[in-house]
Amino acid sequence: MEWNITPGRPVYLQLIEQLELAIVTGAMPAGARVPPVRELAAEAGVTPNTMQRALQELENRGLLKAQRTAGRTVSAGTEQLDTLRRQRAEALAQEFWKQMQALGVSTEETAALLRAAAEKENV
Amino acid sequence: MQAIYQAKGLCKNYGRRTALENMNFEILPGRLVGLLGPNGSGKTTLLKLSAGLLVPSAGCVLIEGNTPGVATKTVTSYLPDRLALPGEMRVDDMVSLYGEFFADFDTAKASAMLADLKLDPRQRIGAMSKGTREKMQLCLAMSRAARLYLLDEPLGGVDPAAREYILNTILRNYNENAAVVISTHLVEDVERMLDEVLILKEGRLLLHRGVDELREESGMSLDEYFRDVFRC
Repeated sequence: MEWNITPGRPVYLQLIEQLELAIVTGAMPAGARVPPVRELAAEAGVTPNTMQRALQELENRGLLKAQRTAGRTVSAGTEQLDTLRRQRAEALAQEFWKQMQALGVSTEETAALLRAAAEKENV
Repeated sequence: MQAIYQAKGLCKNYGRRTALENMNFEILPGRLVGLLGPNGSGKTTLLKLSAGLLVPSAGCVLIEGNTPGVATKTVTSYLPDRLALPGEMRVDDMVSLYGEFFADFDTAKASAMLADLKLDPRQRIGAMSKGTREKMQLCLAMSRAARLYLLDEPLGGVDPAAREYILNTILRNYNENAAVVISTHLVEDVERMLDEVLILKEGRLLLHRGVDELREESGMSLDEYFRDVFRC
């Protein structure tokens, strides 16, 4: 898994976001086994404590489930995934909108640009 | 959880000059701790006191409850800030010397790390560049299964590509029962992998905090925070 940690924000929050994204996009699908804490930590270049904290938080949110024997699995349900996906999409849209506003692009133009971009991608 | 390391009222004077003043803190097992501070703030003195190379003027250091001595040296892997190995010896001599000297030294691990960093086993220490020497010393220090690692400026002379390998090596090679204290000026390079930070200023402990907590409170990265506090 690709990690992108920037130093300006709490690292555990960034880990939570990126793990959440992996779950929503299906990079870590429901039922999949989550790699051991130490492995994930080494991969992301963070300490096992920080990774543990992030995984614990995802467990509390019900996205991961600790197995009695060993390790964790992805336990997010369809409904939960949909909610998360919507939240992500809304946040992205808001961010995009703000940046377009800052550029002075109108609502109509923004919509047109989005449609054009989508068409270009779909060709 | 029982602290692996304690500093209690720790003071050190060099003649009339005060190097460390009344330092009190604890480190728990499993923690990776950054030791930061400007030049002359007492970082090396603190590590030398912890390694048993200096004797406190007052107060004490306790490692697993013992003051530095034979018992603590068997569980402490110390990387000094300067070369402490004889220049006429070669890399593989050092590996076998460490193997004989430290019961917790893993010879196979050391050889693998040295090979990864492309160090020639037959090279003489005296003929090495500063960076190569540092790489070798760090390989030796991290190949022990110690409870406490004290690393004094392990990265200063190391090139950026090898730096990443070394940081990863540190991350992978300490276990949950061990703690790592790493002093460095390369805050940006290490801050991702730190749990806590000790910041020294003129021989005093200015701050001991979780790095993520510090980021949350200050809204800054550790590097920015450090530059802000010590702006000249």
